Amino acid sequence: MNKTVNQKAWFFVIPVFVLVAFNAIIPLMTVVNYAFQETFGNNVFMWEGTRWFKQIMLSERFHASLGRQFLFTFIILFIQIPLGIAIALTMPKEGIGVPVCLVLMSMPLLIPWNVVGAMWNIFALPDIGFLGHSLNALGFDYNFTQQIGDAWFTTILMDVWHWTSLVVLLSYAGLRSIQPAYYQAAEIDGASRWAIFTKIELPKMKKVLTIAILLRFMDSFMIYTEPFVLTGGGPGNATAFLSIDLVKMALGQFDLGPAAAMSLIYFFIVLLVCWVFYTLMMRNEEKS
Amino acid sequence: MAKVTLKGLSHSYLKTQSSDADWAIRGVDIDWNDGGAYALLGPSGCGKTTLLNIISGLITPTKGDILFDDKVISGLSPVERNIAQIFQFPVIYDTMTVYDNLAFPLRNRKIPEEEIKVKVHEIAEMLELSSTLNNRASGLTADGKQKISLGRGLVRSDVNAIMFDEPLTVIDPHLKWILRSKLKELHQKINRTMIYVTHDQTEALTFADQVVVMHEGQIVQTGTPVDLFEKPKHTFVGYFIGSPGMNVLPCQIKGNDVIVNGKKIETHQQIKKSNFNKTEVGVRPEFISFSNEGIPVKVLSVSNTGRHKIVDTESETGKIKIIAKSNEDIPSGSAFLKFKKEYTYTYGDSWIIE
Repeated sequence: MNKTVNQKAWFFVIPVFVLVAFNAIIPLMTVVNYAFQETFGNNVFMWEGTRWFKQIMLSERFHASLGRQFLFTFIILFIQIPLGIAIALTMPKEGIGVPVCLVLMSMPLLIPWNVVGAMWNIFALPDIGFLGHSLNALGFDYNFTQQIGDAWFTTILMDVWHWTSLVVLLSYAGLRSIQPAYYQAAEIDGASRWAIFTKIELPKMKKVLTIAILLRFMDSFMIYTEPFVLTGGGPGNATAFLSIDLVKMALGQFDLGPAAAMSLIYFFIVLLVCWVFYTLMMRNEEKS
Repeated sequence: MAKVTLKGLSHSYLKTQSSDADWAIRGVDIDWNDGGAYALLGPSGCGKTTLLNIISGLITPTKGDILFDDKVISGLSPVERNIAQIFQFPVIYDTMTVYDNLAFPLRNRKIPEEEIKVKVHEIAEMLELSSTLNNRASGLTADGKQKISLGRGLVRSDVNAIMFDEPLTVIDPHLKWILRSKLKELHQKINRTMIYVTHDQTEALTFADQVVVMHEGQIVQTGTPVDLFEKPKHTFVGYFIGSPGMNVLPCQIKGNDVIVNGKKIETHQQIKKSNFNKTEVGVRPEFISFSNEGIPVKVLSVSNTGRHKIVDTESETGKIKIIAKSNEDIPSGSAFLKFKKEYTYTYGDSWIIE
């Protein structure tokens, strides 16, 4: 087959190129610019090569916040994914309960992030907050502003409250798309409830769960607003996840070079993890 | 293996029923012998799938009883009834291999692994799946997947009945034919009660020894394919079975005489009573011939199918189709038709008058 050569067609790409340039490429290149140079303001730059990258990669502070970040993300995925599936399985399949549950489930997702942070801050205050006060009244020594464990507990609880619904809604959609014949066949084949879950429901939910895990990974890995409002990264640096640490470095200390280098490393980690995860999940899909 | 009996079975999907139309099936009585091949035939929405799901235990009927070997099993679950069912769309367990799919119903029943191995290989051999046993089931074509569904139904040797719910819907036409002969062959080999639901008359008539024709939730006729063709008990059976279907013309009954278009015609039955709202005469296109006298008609068109000619004619009270030999001369313009007496029936309110 002969391909038609028409170089003018490239003009059609211009609008998209301009749009992407303004919202992604130019800001990103600014960061790249800072990452390789030193600046003292007044638009004076000095070339630094890979110095900032080396500094970040070797810095204990970065290792610590990266470690905290991975720990946080793994914990919330470990809680939210099974919990989301479990809730989706118990939700009603017909009748008035369906819209009621769907609306209730969507509520936390509709609340702005800093409002969630503020809500939980007040909710968890040890002296006047409902949660904090109740825990203390029950005999627990709870104070999320001073104790590391309590700060983590509260942050994780807040994230689970805010985002499990997303997993629930996606899983529910996946479950509802399974044809009734599968359940009927399983019933006739004498399958146990556990076998129905592992052999029918989980495989059929694979695609929505992949999406759910990816979304929850990305969002939790980049989390900023909620812990910033709730704990401000404290006590000490105990809940200073990557974004919080980055903002501290860029805007608090005004270390623009290292902050830019950290942003790029941060960005590549997110990209890499998503790519590896997606490729692994979809590998068998293509074979069949 | 079991004899299947349905007694006064009615089912409605509504909580309260005010008219006949609210019932998905009503007043169904069936006796199916052990080891027979039966078909439930009817158009979409006539209640045949409902009836099948009632037998398998997926639906609890509003009224009536189901008996296996004269024992009432109405309250039992599908597992307790020990039946197998194959659905319209292939149902396979995606993550398992073909072998594991076939072994699944046996493993759930805690049958020893050696026994399972023998059984699965036997069934795979019958269905020509042996070469794919170790492949993942999700990689197969639609007919391969449907074979797995069939296999899962056949793999248990103690099932009371195997039920098929339009199992060949998603299969390509040429494979349909192959799978259908396969099923027939399997039935002869394993000799188990098989119930086959379909809206396709060819499938029903080639598969079953006894065909049950359903219409609007009721059984209109049960019989061998030949019975259904030669003596339809309801005008619906007349036009649903046969291609083209039976000609049904309004008629008057005066005493013992049947009058169509002002002409007296002879029918199979002796008419004894005539207090019907609607009386009709039914005769299949195969049993009509051109003649010098009889029902006057106008010949409208002739289409040659190769094996025979289908002639469309119009009489005073309706269109009449005729099947003529492909070498027969067809009169043009006006003609007269003669109905074969032994295959011409009178119907009162759509049911045959006996």
